[in-house]
Amino acid sequence: MNAYTGTADEHLDHDHGDHHGPAPGYLRWVTTTNHKDIGTLYLWFSLLMFFIGGAMALIIRAELFQPGLQIVDPHFFNQMTTMHALVMIFGVVMPAFVGLANWMLPMMVGAPDMALPRMNNWSFWILPFAFALMLATLFMEGGGPAAGWTLYPPLSLQGGDSLPFVIFSIHMLGASSIMGAINIIATIMNLRAPGMTYMKMPLFVWTWFITAYLLIAVMPVLAGAVTMLLTDAFFGTSFFNAAGGGDPVMFQHIFWFFGHPEVYILILPAFGLVSEIIPTFSRKPLFGYTSMVYATSSIAFLSFIVWAHHMFTVGMPLVGELFFMFTTMLIAVPTGVKVFNWVSTMWRGAMTFETPMLFALGFVVMFTIGGFSGLMLAMTPIDFQYHDTYFVVAHFHYVLVPGAVFGIIAGVYYWLPKWTGHHYNETLGKWHFWLSTVFVNLLFFPMHFVGLAGMPRRIPDYAVQFADFNAIATLGAFGFGFAQILLLVAVVQSILGGAKATGQVWDGTEITGGLEWTLSSPPPYHSFSPQPVVK
Amino acid sequence: MAHTADNIYYVPHTAKWPLIGSVGLTLLLGGFAAYLNGAAVGANLMWAGLAVMVVMLFGWFGTVVGESESGTYQSWEDKSFRIGMAWFIFSEVMFFAAFFGALFYARSLSVPWLLGEGSGATTHQFLWSAYTEFWPTNGPEDWGDSDFHMGWWPLPFINTVILLTSGLTVTWAHHGIKDGKRGPFILGLFLTVALGFLFVFLQAVEYKEAYHEGLKLTSGIYGSTFFMLTGFHGLHVTLGAIMLTVMLFRAIRGHFTPERHFAFEAAAWYWHFVDVVWLGLFLFVYIL
Repeated sequence: MNAYTGTADEHLDHDHGDHHGPAPGYLRWVTTTNHKDIGTLYLWFSLLMFFIGGAMALIIRAELFQPGLQIVDPHFFNQMTTMHALVMIFGVVMPAFVGLANWMLPMMVGAPDMALPRMNNWSFWILPFAFALMLATLFMEGGGPAAGWTLYPPLSLQGGDSLPFVIFSIHMLGASSIMGAINIIATIMNLRAPGMTYMKMPLFVWTWFITAYLLIAVMPVLAGAVTMLLTDAFFGTSFFNAAGGGDPVMFQHIFWFFGHPEVYILILPAFGLVSEIIPTFSRKPLFGYTSMVYATSSIAFLSFIVWAHHMFTVGMPLVGELFFMFTTMLIAVPTGVKVFNWVSTMWRGAMTFETPMLFALGFVVMFTIGGFSGLMLAMTPIDFQYHDTYFVVAHFHYVLVPGAVFGIIAGVYYWLPKWTGHHYNETLGKWHFWLSTVFVNLLFFPMHFVGLAGMPRRIPDYAVQFADFNAIATLGAFGFGFAQILLLVAVVQSILGGAKATGQVWDGTEITGGLEWTLSSPPPYHSFSPQPVVK
Repeated sequence: MAHTADNIYYVPHTAKWPLIGSVGLTLLLGGFAAYLNGAAVGANLMWAGLAVMVVMLFGWFGTVVGESESGTYQSWEDKSFRIGMAWFIFSEVMFFAAFFGALFYARSLSVPWLLGEGSGATTHQFLWSAYTEFWPTNGPEDWGDSDFHMGWWPLPFINTVILLTSGLTVTWAHHGIKDGKRGPFILGLFLTVALGFLFVFLQAVEYKEAYHEGLKLTSGIYGSTFFMLTGFHGLHVTLGAIMLTVMLFRAIRGHFTPERHFAFEAAAWYWHFVDVVWLGLFLFVYIL
C-alpha cells in the first residue's frame, strides 16, 4: 500500500541516548513507560481474566447441564452471570484491544512510543486494583453483585455489601479506559510519521481511533449512571425511584446510552484486525479502504441513537419504539459494506489458511450470524417475543465470542511472531482454531432454539423440554473452555523458541505493506526514533 | 505544528507515581465503600488513600513541571498535552451530560407520566391519583416534606456574574503572559482564583439556605437533580480554582514564557468549561 524509506537494521543501529533497554528486574513491569511492555501487561492480564471469566461461565453451564438445581444455589448462579459479564467485558475484551493497540499502534503509525507514556502506565495499573475490588465482593456478606451486569435498579440496590465496591471499581475501570483512549487519540493525531495522512492509516489504527472517541464519549456517562445508583442507595436521592418523582426506566436509558456504543467498542477494533489479516493472507490490498473508514464512522455515529432497542419491552411510547427500530436496522447497511469488502478482498486472491486467517474467516462467518440474529432482535414486535430469552444470549455471544474474541485471537497469532521473533506452532494453532470453532457453535447455536422456544435467560433452572439442547451447549462450553489452553501453550512456546521470524513475518505483508513489518522481529525496544517517512 | 523525521519525541524511562496513584485510589474508593457499608475502618482507609493521592499528584505534577521548566518538552510534546487536555474536557462534558439527561428525562417524560400523561395513565390512576405537582416536584410521596425550590435571584444570578467575570479575568491574564507582561498575568490569575473561591463560598451559602428552607438532597427528584448537578459543578469549580492557584504560584515563581505556557492554558480551558456548564445549569436548573 505504501512505500517507506529506512530498514529494520537502520533503526537497530542508531543510538540516540533515548534507546535504553528495559529496566532490570521485576520492577521493569511496574514502572515501565514502554508501549510494548505495557501492551504485554494488558495482554497477559486479559488472558488471566479470560480464564477467570471462563471458569465462571463453566459454573453457569455446569448448573444448566440438566434441569433442576444441582451444583450451586440460585443466588450464587446470579452472581456468576453478573460477574462473568463484567469480567469478560471490562477485564478481557477491552484490555485485550488496548493491549493490541499499545503494541501495534506506535509501530503502525511510525511513532517512537505512545504519546503520553506515563499515563499509559497508569491506564494499565488501575486495572488489577479495580478488579481486586470487584472480585473481592464475591467473598463479602451477601456475595458479589447478582442483578446482572446492567445493574438495573431497584434490584441492583437490594444486594449485600457488594454495591459500592462494584460501583467504585466501575469508576476506576472507566478512568483507565478514558486515559487509554486519550492516549490512543493523541498518538494517532500527533505521532504519525511524516507523510502518513489519515487516509493512509492502516484500518486497525482507524478503527481504534473511532473506538477511542466512543470510549471517551460514553465511559463518563456510565460513571454518571452508577454514581446516581450510589446516591440512590446511600444518600437518599430518588433518580430511579418513582415515589420521589424519579423513574427506574431512566437508569436503563442512561445505562444503554453508554451500553450500546460500548458494544461497538467491543467489536470495532476486531473489524480493524480482520481488515489487516484478510488482505495479508489473500495477498491483495484491502478492497474498499475508503468505504471501510466511512462505514466504521457511520457505525460509530449510529451507535449513539439506537440505545433503546435494549428496552423495547419496557413500555416506551410507540414513536420511540419505531425510531429505535429503524435506526437499529440502519446499522446493517455499513456493517454489510464491511462484510462485502472482506469477501471482495478474498475474491480471486492467492489465499492461504494460516491460523490468523482461519480465525479471521471464522470471524467473518460467525460474526455475520450474530449480525443477522441482531437484525431479528431489532424488529420491535419480534423482540417482544425474544426479549430476555436465550435467543438474546445466543445473539450477543455470537458477536462477542466468535466475533470479538476470535478477532483478538486472530490478531495475537498474526503478530505473535513479530512480538517474540519466533513463529508459533502452526499445527497447534490450527487445532486451536478447529476445536474452538466446533465447540463454540456447539455451545451457542442451540441457544437460538431454546430461546425461540421461550427459555428465559439468567435462570438456574428450566423446563424439561429444553434439556437436550442445554446438555449440548454445556458440552460445547467445556470443549471451548479447555481448547483455550492451546492458546496459552502456543504463546508460551513462541516466547521460549521456535522457527525464527523475519521482519516481514508473512510473505503477504510485502503486498499489503505496513510500517510494523519494516522493523525487525522482535522489534527494538523503542520502535521508531527517528521516524520513517511515508511516501 | 511541523516536525520532521529527525525529531526525537521525549519518552520518559520510568514512572513510579502511577502505581502509587493506583494504591491511593484503591484505598480511597475501597475505604469509602467500606465506610458506606458501615465498617469502622472505612473512614481511616479513605483518609489514608486521599493522603496518598495528594502526595502522588504533587510528585507526578512536580516531575512534569520540572521537566517542562528544564526545556524537556518541545512543541511536538506540547501538542500531545493539548490533545490530551481537550479530550479530557470532552469526557467531563459527557459526565455532566448524564446528569443533565436525568434532569431532562425527569422533567419532560417521567414526571408527566406520573401525572397521568401518555402511557402513564394507569400508574397515575392506581398508585398516585392525588399527585398533581409538576416541576419542581419532590415526587408523589412528597419526599423530604418540603416544596421549597431555589429561584435564580439573587444568589445564583450573582454567581453567574462572578463566574462570567472570572472568565474575563483569566483571558486578561492570558493576554498578559502572551504579551510578556507578568504584572497583568499574575493579577489576572489572582482575580480569577479569588472569584472562583468566592463562587464556591456563595454556593455554600446557597446550600445552607436551601437546607434551612427544607430543600435537601433527599427532597425527591428536584432535590436530587438540583444538588447533584450544582454539587458536581461546584466540585469542578473547586478543582479548577486549585489548578489556577497552582498556576498563580508558578507565575509568581517566574514560570511560563510568552510562547510556552500550556499548563496555564489547560487550566484556563478547564475554567471556561466549568463556566459553560454553569450557564447550562443557570438556564435549566434555576430559570426554566
